[in-house]
Amino acid sequence: MQTDSKPKGGTTAILVPNSHIKPLYVGCATGFSGDRTDGAGPVVDTLIALGGGVLNFETLAERTLALAQVEKRKNSALGYEPLLDDLVGPVLKRCLDHKIQIVSNFGAANPQACAQRIFALARAQGLRTPRIAVVHGDDLTKPEQLTFLLKRLGSDIDPKRVVSANAYLGAGEIAQALKDGADIVVTGRVSDPSLTLGPAIAHFGWSMQDWHLMGCGTMAGHMLECGTQVTGGYYSVPGQKSVPGMDCLGFPIAEIRADGTFSVFKAANTGGRVDDRTGREQILYEVHDPARYLTPDVVADISQATVTREGKDRILIQGVTGHQRPDELKVNVCYDNGYFAEAEISYAGFQAKERAALAGETIRKRIGHLLPLRVDLIGALSIFGDDAGELMAQGYAGASRDVRLRVAGVHLQKEIAEKILREVTALYCCGPAGGGGVRTSLRPRLDTLSCTIPREAVPSGFSFVQEQRA
Amino acid sequence: MNTNNSSNTVELPLYQLAHGRAGDKGNTSNISVIAWDSECFALLVEQLTEARVAQWFGYRHPTKVTRHVLPKLEAMNFVLEGVLDGGVNDALNLDTHGKGLSFWMLDLPITVPTALAAKLEVKEYS
Repeated sequence: MQTDSKPKGGTTAILVPNSHIKPLYVGCATGFSGDRTDGAGPVVDTLIALGGGVLNFETLAERTLALAQVEKRKNSALGYEPLLDDLVGPVLKRCLDHKIQIVSNFGAANPQACAQRIFALARAQGLRTPRIAVVHGDDLTKPEQLTFLLKRLGSDIDPKRVVSANAYLGAGEIAQALKDGADIVVTGRVSDPSLTLGPAIAHFGWSMQDWHLMGCGTMAGHMLECGTQVTGGYYSVPGQKSVPGMDCLGFPIAEIRADGTFSVFKAANTGGRVDDRTGREQILYEVHDPARYLTPDVVADISQATVTREGKDRILIQGVTGHQRPDELKVNVCYDNGYFAEAEISYAGFQAKERAALAGETIRKRIGHLLPLRVDLIGALSIFGDDAGELMAQGYAGASRDVRLRVAGVHLQKEIAEKILREVTALYCCGPAGGGGVRTSLRPRLDTLSCTIPREAVPSGFSFVQEQRA
Repeated sequence: MNTNNSSNTVELPLYQLAHGRAGDKGNTSNISVIAWDSECFALLVEQLTEARVAQWFGYRHPTKVTRHVLPKLEAMNFVLEGVLDGGVNDALNLDTHGKGLSFWMLDLPITVPTALAAKLEVKEYS
């Protein structure tokens, strides 16, 4: 089905509500916190050439928010996306000049401070003061909220160990903030596709009870939310699946139409590849039941979806639909859970794997009774291996003349976890012949618990923020 | 390539018939298997069963393996529960997300008629 719904043969029937509204273009310039920061420029230039649109930055993986909370505790002016200046600074003028709204979860644990930082960036560049809306309500760390959540989780962990607790909000607040004239919408935890669905609701005036359209807008967001994963990133296998210009991959843009169908292409003058192959890999990415992709806004359904080539580096997605949204919202609770220790040492040349394995056995004999250890022989067997070492025991490790022993473990007590670092370091003298290149790391470990809670328990909303001059 | 003279078939690794991608949520991995063409898809629907995949990942002791077939994408989505040693928070693996597990899947041997196998010798797909 194409967007052209002009009636044929003189009938005046309107086939699609709001089909007279021009398509909405949404670009996404990051797929996670830590992604390339130079993706936004070409996306914004392309949006300008198309007559405007919306720019997303997706920056909040499951753990990112907990790490941001740790930063906020150290400094109340931090706790938002650490690379914010690099992401927004280079495109802020162009976005404000061309009415390209920015919608992002880069507020992380501190959307208010994030908004203030954007004001400061605008002022430093001599730009007009942007209208910034901040979405709130996802943070559930008030004592009574935590008590409720831990009871719901059936967990007996000390609330003092909780680092972050956030509900996944939906698209409603984002949509309303845009309708009310926001240039920029800053959120903490929202469902990733809501960053795209919200602008579509605002643009087309879609009803949030139209489950079909909610499903379509959600899947458009799903295709964008991992950035280049739909434009040639996370795809290439030399000799089998080529991707041109991996050093300058273009970030994706969706053209969303009033009837919910959408196309995906990439920013102009960039590398990468968009076709039914990259599109199919991404439409199924992190999906479980394709007929039931759960978000706060809808249960999206891609069981009958098609992904077809529509032109060079452009795909058309059709057949998406949706069903009534889940009754409850998903919540992630992150808590301190001891220390994660890992240490490595390398062996090369004849009997390299055997020497590394002997070093691993030696460590097991010395501290294996104190904590569970994982032993990898990087270069022979590591990534495919399981923590219990079953695959290793089956003799799966291949022959190798260049092997890096890795020993990892966790413990609630720092001094126990640290023993891994000390024992691997001691292999310099006390281990097998020729061991070198020890590296060690010890860091606090964060664990996540998930549950769902009633929508009424999450008082979400948004507000426009005033600039606070220092 | 292992030739089986008795039935005019050969065994090929799955990656010659399909491509795929792994994603994680908690302790669950989902791995898509997307056929290179309709002929490959038909073979995979037949051979790449839940039981076969559960066995292939047996050393990770999946608690449940579910196969979702998507004929319109000529693809399947496998959901493997309990295979990530606890997932991104708990696992001691370097790759706590299990991002590399699609490549474990893609090594799975598939029995292919020799006529089809000859066509799959093409190295670069587009």
